Amino acid sequence: MTTLTALSLTEARAGLQKGDFTSVELTQAYLDRIHALEPKIQAFLNVTTDHALASAKSADQRLQQGDTSPLLGIPVAIKDVLTTKDIETTCASKILKGYIPPYTATSVQKLFDAGMVMLGKTNTDEFAMGSSTENSGYFTTRNPWDVERVPGGSSGGSAAAVASQMAPVALGTDTGGSVRQPAAYCGIVAVKPTYGRVSRYGLIAFASSLDSVGVFGQNIEDTALVLQAIAGHDPCDSTSLLAEVPDYLTEMRKGLEGMRVGVPKEYFADGLQPEVAAAVRAAIDQFETLGADVREVSLPNSEHAISTYYLIATAEASSNLARYDGVRYGARKNESTLWDTYRATRGQGFGSEVKRRIMLGTYALSSGYYDAYYLKAQKVRTLIKSDFDRAFEEVDIILGPTTPSTAFKIGEKTDDPLEMYLSDIFTVTANLAGVCALSLPCGFDNQGLPIGLQIHAPFLQEARLFRAGYAYQQATKWHQQHPTL
Amino acid sequence: MGATTTIKYEPVIGLEIHAELLTNTKMFCRCPVVDPTISPPNTAVCVVCTGQPGVLPVINKRAVEYAIMVGLALNCEIRETSIFARKNYFYPDLPKGYQISQYEYPLCINGWLDIELENGQTKRIGIRRAHLEEDTAKNTHLNDGTSLIDFNRSGVALLEIVTEPDLRSAEEVEAFARKLRAILQYLGVNNGDMSKGVLRMEPNISVRPIGSDELWTRTEVKNLNSIRNVARATAYEIERQISTYESGGQVIQQTMGWDELRQITVPQRGKEDAHDYRYFPEPDLPPLQVSHEWIEEIRAKMPELPDVKRQRYMDELGLGEYDASVLVADRAIAEWFELAVSEGGDPKNLANWIIVEMFRLMNKDGLEREQISEIKIQPAQLVALIKLVEDRIINNNTAKKVLATMYAEGGDPVEIVKAQGLAQETDSSVLQAAIEQVLDENPDEVQRWLNGEEKVEKFLFGQVMRALKGKADAQILGPLLNTALRNRHE
Repeated sequence: MTTLTALSLTEARAGLQKGDFTSVELTQAYLDRIHALEPKIQAFLNVTTDHALASAKSADQRLQQGDTSPLLGIPVAIKDVLTTKDIETTCASKILKGYIPPYTATSVQKLFDAGMVMLGKTNTDEFAMGSSTENSGYFTTRNPWDVERVPGGSSGGSAAAVASQMAPVALGTDTGGSVRQPAAYCGIVAVKPTYGRVSRYGLIAFASSLDSVGVFGQNIEDTALVLQAIAGHDPCDSTSLLAEVPDYLTEMRKGLEGMRVGVPKEYFADGLQPEVAAAVRAAIDQFETLGADVREVSLPNSEHAISTYYLIATAEASSNLARYDGVRYGARKNESTLWDTYRATRGQGFGSEVKRRIMLGTYALSSGYYDAYYLKAQKVRTLIKSDFDRAFEEVDIILGPTTPSTAFKIGEKTDDPLEMYLSDIFTVTANLAGVCALSLPCGFDNQGLPIGLQIHAPFLQEARLFRAGYAYQQATKWHQQHPTL
Repeated sequence: MGATTTIKYEPVIGLEIHAELLTNTKMFCRCPVVDPTISPPNTAVCVVCTGQPGVLPVINKRAVEYAIMVGLALNCEIRETSIFARKNYFYPDLPKGYQISQYEYPLCINGWLDIELENGQTKRIGIRRAHLEEDTAKNTHLNDGTSLIDFNRSGVALLEIVTEPDLRSAEEVEAFARKLRAILQYLGVNNGDMSKGVLRMEPNISVRPIGSDELWTRTEVKNLNSIRNVARATAYEIERQISTYESGGQVIQQTMGWDELRQITVPQRGKEDAHDYRYFPEPDLPPLQVSHEWIEEIRAKMPELPDVKRQRYMDELGLGEYDASVLVADRAIAEWFELAVSEGGDPKNLANWIIVEMFRLMNKDGLEREQISEIKIQPAQLVALIKLVEDRIINNNTAKKVLATMYAEGGDPVEIVKAQGLAQETDSSVLQAAIEQVLDENPDEVQRWLNGEEKVEKFLFGQVMRALKGKADAQILGPLLNTALRNRHE
């Protein structure tokens, strides 16, 4: 019984259904592991022990009644930018310290309805703004493969929790790579679905036109099962899509034969860590071996992606974060006038990266600058979209590295925001274009740090991501590697 | 002596109107719309309209339908694709730190409305745009320096209508305001109540030398709780600006408030520096698509509007233009009138009684005409009263007295006539007796009549009528009196 936490979701599901162990036992095993490892990893802002055990108990009742729902009784970790009714949700920001949401995010509610057991709320860069969790208002999460290094971000808490087997699966959010980049750094799988595939209701907004709820898992199958549960239209989110959700597990097993795979030439330019380039090239060869038809494609506007992203994301953020004024909820610093109260509340409540982005975005939207910055960025965004449209006329999926390098050291990039922004160079395009993408492990560098392979698929073609990823994982063992802790 | 030239000025005025839409729920959430003056604070609120983290707006379809109705009534082009935008600014009554509105691509554009002027002419006023947005919460500032916020109003659907600067006088502003309000009421999308802020009108006023086509500095007037005040404030502000220029001063672009007590406009205090609202398209809402079919469906079920109704009153009911205009000026009046017609009343007679007698009683009582549905007289009762006159049960003068009783106390005219014994005296022998008595008591007047002074007959008629307490049937009394006088000849 000591190895319950070593089980994948799919294995744990089989054990629960057969009655080998109960959800309470499984949940307790994870809580014990969290207790043991958390001082080292610091993935959780809040471990919801009572809530977890109560959910596990009711899951056991359903299991006893013969309920075979796939996620019933399975523990999950939730990034702290998704609201949870009656449970503090802070976005790792001091300005939301003590904020208890009166409602639960649609994606989380769907997991609760499916019988999942929430273990806790995971750490993130403040308001999901960052690539390392170093911008968390509370503490920095450690990479389980090397605790001197960052787990990536912003969903670093969720990624580290899954990589260290403190949770079998987790929810994160991805605005510019915030599930894929930490998945690559932590050696696990993460999917960023098509914009609108999963409801954003209850996802505390960073950049509304880019935000997606994403899923972390140790393998493709587990990840697909969780996405299956949260995908679909939500009447509370007008940007969520009405399209049917296909059965991912069936689609997943269809093999690679005849699949046309594109490799963008722009993704192998200077600045790519040689071991990353080598591992990704090897993975591409593996795809060819498995029957895929590999060819070069071009995404010519990729070079403008980072600047486009940081104009649009910050512009939207400057507006989305205006509600944190201390008037209705969260921390308030009272001063003698309204405007001084605003200044003190926001000045003390927000961290420096959040302030930097609010100022950037406010500037980009200002009268006289709007056309030159925000409007122009929207036009380039359209060009980036059409890059993908054109490429997907020729190929079914696009392969490349998830990140230009493996996990960097804590503190290494904190003095240089631009350097930090560049770690998202391969991931922001999917958010700008609205397409879906997935990161999965494809090797290790010389220091034993995981490397991520990124797969892009067209609008609403998540099944194709899982099909490609599953075929690759059937042939490789990278995803079965775990850090020694 | 050389001629001195004085500059003549003309006002240039545009109106900005905010109308809360009478939808059951708010613009972007399902909270009920309540009367903020009577509902306990913060009882009609939810996570969306209090701007909790993570919430998203969902467009109220009924609000869009209402906005399209107004757009069609104002002869606007309805865009099949319009876009919501965020207007960003900080204030405690704005829970998200931005208001969802429409900016570059409003739902309704390029319309017009014809207004009727005192001189009988009509004037076409351009409508620049009409767009949907959400209302703010309501702040209450206490004396101890704290402020309270009521979010019941937060997120209520608002329609903002902006005219072209085509209005040239306070009279035109008033005519436009009345007609627009009538249309909103006819459509059932707004109750027209300006005292509670359900309908708000803000004139933008500037003046310029007649003949010039440049626009001079404008001011905006807020705080206007009735159409009458909109007109008064406009007139005041026009005079203030002209006298400012004439005394060598400059008008400053600013927002003025209307001081009801002093009947003047005053600069509003506490305004922050010029705002940069940083408008950008609302990423939480896809572009609003309205199909041509839906627009036509809405057009087909629109109620009859004032101009069409007025024409129908003239063509089908035979009313004159003045009477028809007065009756259609407000939905409540037209509805009252049409109810009375449906009870079998003669339209011309009814129009006359309503416009002359009922409005006189209401006016004396301080009521506005559109409050007609609140008075005690019911349409069927006015019809019954007119029938009593037609049937010669009572005469016109008695009818006016009965109407006053009906207005003051309510009740059925037949009952009132019966109870107060007001029925006309039609019995010839009673009339004859009264006549003979009056003639006997006035021998001098009789003699003057006999000498050919015919106008004395009118005096004697009055005396008989008085003797019978005004109840004599005039049509019988007249010939009888004449015969009686002739008889005295012999």
